[in-house]
This record gives sequence, C-alpha cells and structure tokens, in this order.
Amino acid sequence: MGAAPASRDVTSYGMGLAAPLALFFLVFFVAPLLQLFWLSLHNDTAGLQWGLGQYLHFLTDPFSLGVLGSTLLLGAEVTAVCLVLGFPIAWLYQRVGPRLQTIIILIVLLPLLTSVVVRTFAWIVILGRQGIINATLQWLGVIDTPLKLLYTQFGVVIALAQVQMPLMTLPLITALGRIDPNLDDASCSLGAGSWRTFFRIVLPLSLPGVIAGCTLTYAAAITAFITQSLVGGGQMLFMPMYLYQQASTLQNWPFAAAISIIFLLAVLAVVSVFTTLGRMSRGYGGA
Amino acid sequence: MADAPSGRSLVVDAVTHRYPSGALAVENINLDIKGGEIIALLGPSGCGKTTLLRIIAGFIAQTQGRIIIGDDIVDALPPNKRAVGIVFQNYALFPHLSISENVAYGLAARGIDNVTRQREAQRLLELVQLPTMAERLPRQLSGGQQQRVALARALAIKPSILLLDEPFAALDKNLRLDMQIEVKRLQRVSGITTLIVTHDQEEALSMADRVAVLSHGKLEQFGSPSDVYDRPQTLFVNTFVGSTNRMPGVVVSADRTAAKVRLDAGAEIIARPAGGTLSEGGRVTVCIRPEHLQFVGDETGFAGVIGMSLPLGATVVHEVTTADGSGVKVSQARIGETRALENGAAVRLAPLAPSLANAFPATL
Ligand SMILES: Nc1ncnc2c1ncn2[C@@H]1O[C@H](COP(=O)(O)OP(=O)(O)O)[C@@H](O)[C@H]1O
Ligand SMILES: [Mg+2]
Repeated sequence: MGAAPASRDVTSYGMGLAAPLALFFLVFFVAPLLQLFWLSLHNDTAGLQWGLGQYLHFLTDPFSLGVLGSTLLLGAEVTAVCLVLGFPIAWLYQRVGPRLQTIIILIVLLPLLTSVVVRTFAWIVILGRQGIINATLQWLGVIDTPLKLLYTQFGVVIALAQVQMPLMTLPLITALGRIDPNLDDASCSLGAGSWRTFFRIVLPLSLPGVIAGCTLTYAAAITAFITQSLVGGGQMLFMPMYLYQQASTLQNWPFAAAISIIFLLAVLAVVSVFTTLGRMSRGYGGA
Repeated sequence: MADAPSGRSLVVDAVTHRYPSGALAVENINLDIKGGEIIALLGPSGCGKTTLLRIIAGFIAQTQGRIIIGDDIVDALPPNKRAVGIVFQNYALFPHLSISENVAYGLAARGIDNVTRQREAQRLLELVQLPTMAERLPRQLSGGQQQRVALARALAIKPSILLLDEPFAALDKNLRLDMQIEVKRLQRVSGITTLIVTHDQEEALSMADRVAVLSHGKLEQFGSPSDVYDRPQTLFVNTFVGSTNRMPGVVVSADRTAAKVRLDAGAEIIARPAGGTLSEGGRVTVCIRPEHLQFVGDETGFAGVIGMSLPLGATVVHEVTTADGSGVKVSQARIGETRALENGAAVRLAPLAPSLANAFPATL
C-alpha cells in the first residue's frame, strides 16, 4: 500500500513543477510564520524588548498549560470517537451493493456539504436544555430535569466527531478497498473466525488508512474554532479561542504569537508521531 | 507426510445455485468423488467453476442441493469449520506476514503452540522446496514461489479436501508444467482429495484421475480423461476437449452401437452414436479429430482438395476443402518420409475406425 505505481517514480519529476505552490506557501505561509515567530520573541506588547518571556510565561502558567492539555485531549477524544464509529461504516461500505455504497458515501460526505455554522447551531438545538435530546428523554419519562449536554466536553466531542467524520471515513474506505477480498476468504478457509481475521488481517492491512484518518481528524479537531467555541461556550476554553482572546480582545500580540508557536509545535509533534507510525506500517500491504 | 489424513470423499448432490442478481450459475450438478482422487473441473470462462468451488468451500450457500464431505453433510458449516484448503488463483498470501507466518497461519488459528507451528511451517516449506524463504515477505518471491507457499499454507491445516482455482493460469508455460508436476507429486504424497478448476483442457487431461466438464452451469460429462477425450457424451465435450472436425450429415440407418451417416461432404461412413440413439433420416453432426482421419487410396471415404499444409514438428496438419465447401483438418504423423502433398492435390479421406467418429443429433 502507499507505494508509488511502478510506471514512474514520483521523485524523478523536475522540482520546477512545484514552484508555483512553493512560492504561494513562501509568501502566504512561511513569511507570516516567521513574522509570528519574530513577534513572539518580545517580552512587551509594544514589541520593543527582546526575550523569551512569553514562552516562559506560557510554560510556567498552569492555566495556559491546562488549556493546551485539554485541547490535545479533545483532539484525542474526537479522533477516538471518529475511529470507533468510522471503521464499521468503512467496513460496511466494502461489503454492500453499489446502491447502498452511494447512500453511505452521501451520508459520510453530508457534513462537508453543510456550512460549519449551520451544523454547529444544529448541534446547539439538539443538545440544549430544551433541545431535542432532553425533550425526548423528558417526554419518555427517563429523566425529570434536563441533562447538561451543551457547553460540556461531551457535547464538543460529539459535535466535532460528526463534523470531522468524513476525514476519518474516507481514508479508511480507501484503505479497506485496497485489501484483496480473497485474503478474507483465505483466512477463513484456514480456520480463522471473523475476529481473528479482523485483528490479524484486516486491521493491520488498513493501518495506513487508520493513520491517515487519525492525522487528519486530529489536526482538524483541535483547530476547529467555531464548533469548539459555540458548542463549548464560555466555560470551555481551547487553544484557538485562547489565542483569539489574547490577540483580539487583550491585544497581547507577542503572547498570542508565542501561543501559536507552542500550539503549532505541539500539533507537529503529535502529527509526526502519527506519520512515524504510518511509515512503520508501510511495510504492510501493496504486494 | 506419514501423519497425513487419507483424503475424504466428496459428494456434490444435485447442487443448483442462483445468484441474487438472478444469474443461474450452476444447475443440478452431481459429482461423486472418492477419497484421494484428483479431479479437474473443466469448462470455459463463466461456466460456473468458481461458483461450485466456493460452494464446496462454504463461501456461498447454494440455492439447492447438498455437499457431503466424508460422512458429513457440511451445508450448515461455515468455511472455517469445513477443513477445506484453498489455493486462490492470485495466491492471496497475506502481504504483511512472513512466508513462515503465512504457512503457520492456519495452525495459529487452531491454537497450536508457537514451537510446533514453526517446526511444521519449516517442514511444509521443505516439502514445497522453499526451505530458505521462511523469513521473506510474499512480495519478495516470484509467482511460482508464491504459489508453492499458497500450497504449503493450504496443506498445513491437513485439509480433507484441497481446492485449487485456476492455480496455474498466471504462470508462464515452463513454470506451469513444473508446478503441475509439483502439485501432482504433493497430491500423491499427501493423498488429499483434490479438485482443480481449470479452463485448460490439456491441464485437466494430464493432471486429473477424472474430469468433470461444465458448460453454462451444467455438467456435460464426468469421466476419466480417456472417456472424455475418446468417448465424449455431448457435442460440447467433443469440441471443447481437444480439437475436432464437425461434419454435418443425415442418418441412413442406426442401431444402438453404430450409425450409417451420409455426410454432406459426399460419403457414407459408419459412426458411433455418442449422444444417445439416433433416428433414421435425422440430421447429425459427426465429429472426427484431425488425428483420426487418414488419406485413403481407394474409392472409400470422401473427396477433398489440399489447401495448406503446416509441418508442426512430429505431425503435419493439412487443411482440406471438401465437396460441400467446408474445411477439414487432417493431422498426419511424420513417420519416415511422408508422401508429398501439394497444394491443390485431390485426395480422399476416411476415419481410422468407426468408433473414432462420433455422431451427435444436430441441434437447431
Ligand atoms: N457474485 C456474483 N453475482 C452474480 N453473478 C455472478 C457472481 N459471480 C459469478 N456470477 C455469474 O455466474 C456465472 C458463473 O461464474 P463463475 O463461477 O465465476 O464462472 P467461472 O469460474 O467458470 O469462470 C457467470 O455467468 C457469472 O457472471
Ligand atoms: Mg473462475
């Protein structure tokens, strides 16, 4: 899996073809990033005094570290929920007829086809005190007082999981689709039951898809500003909102810049763990 | 393989399968296979061979009929409980497992301990003559080697039946012959009842104790290679297995063992009524293989004109155009100096023996 087709090695193409994109990145990504870094190296808001004060502040402040920790944890939870819910969908997709496949793809893609704001407000309607879930449970007599669902970690995880689900499911569908269906049959004919076949054959061979899906979902979940803020409300603070507050409300640009850099490094660390796992799993598949 | 189980018998009892799409893939197939036999399932692409194989393995539940292995009706058993070994056309080795892990896979599923597994895998790899490949990954092996591994993997579980789906189709010609010999050797050593699916008639005739010929989901004939080749029961078998000349004609007189037929090509010959009794005056198709026709010097047989002669090593094949304008192939053994037959020479042809001309009632 993942190996380039034998026709032509991608590395043999001239690098010139990548120039337009490289230029774009240089101007609109690398340059601002450098500026951000430069800004973060100032101890005062005016940007006159050089120093590592902002970083020291962040790394010694329990509140800031708490925000970073809960953001990374949020990403992990959303990724786990997406993986657990997305894998069966992807697995099912490979085993149904073409008509059901179309329907599954449509359902999977649906979150991408609606605006983030609309989707998020829909979750507010569903999770609110007078929302659909609470109203139904009360009507059924399961609960007397409404459950607090909105403005909780649970609410944010569920809403984010729904939004990011396609990022997990699509790579999984691709990875599972590349597994030769005869392998299933071979395993079965050798006496293995469904669980052994799943854990020894299907799961290892789908690892590249699992890792791609986790990387995408994770990166998208921890940076999802709108959903985090609207479903999380005032009580829950995650890195993107923290950053926004420091920059826009408090006008503390150097500290906001330092937050950005630290957040970026934290995300890069997590993503590189994923890609290392991915490279290790490259040995699998593609025979 | 001293500890190998002697092969169990396999009965396919009136099996019919219709896919949910409506396609009738196999229809009322009956096969009675003795333990230790090697059987070829022969037929053109799309005739239902794979479907039948998958029914026996338990991957498809047949619409009607029963599968009996040994004394057990196995219809209710899932594939992992049937002890049926399969070698897939594309080998289907597990790409992420080493060769020895592949071979030991079925043993692990049976809860056999690691040491025994390793030893058994090594023994099987020696059996298929790949003792040094244990640590490699499947993609590091050639096609023929992968096939041997697939075979070792299937044999590791000591199956009561071994199924091979077009096992040699992807191999080039020399390798194919090597593997055919190899499989036959392993089958003889292990005594496992073996079913080989193939669309290659030479492969079927050379490897199998008995050949089942399928066409459009129906069993046309089930018999020894010489039965199928020399005494075909249907026109399909006669034309699909080996090459043959089809000559139309009319029955002059017929009893159960012989029929006198007037060929449209212009001669009366004696033929064997192959597809049941023939009625006088009915139209028939007479099949005579190229090697069963001979040139005759007298006025017997039918007349023709030599078109082209192809020297094919041990034999020479002549294209002859008969009086009714149809073409007939004659194959002549090259013994000593064959009579020079020029293009356009007038000749007369007759079957070597009446039993070598098969008359089938003409369809249509
Ligand atoms: N999964 C399937 N669904 C519907 N029809 C099928 C399926 N598999 C095979 N068939 C049909 O059944 C017939 C027999 O197929 P198959 O057993 O694969 O033939 P063979 O192996 O002899 O080439 C073909 O007409 C094929 O189109
Ligand atoms: Mg087939």
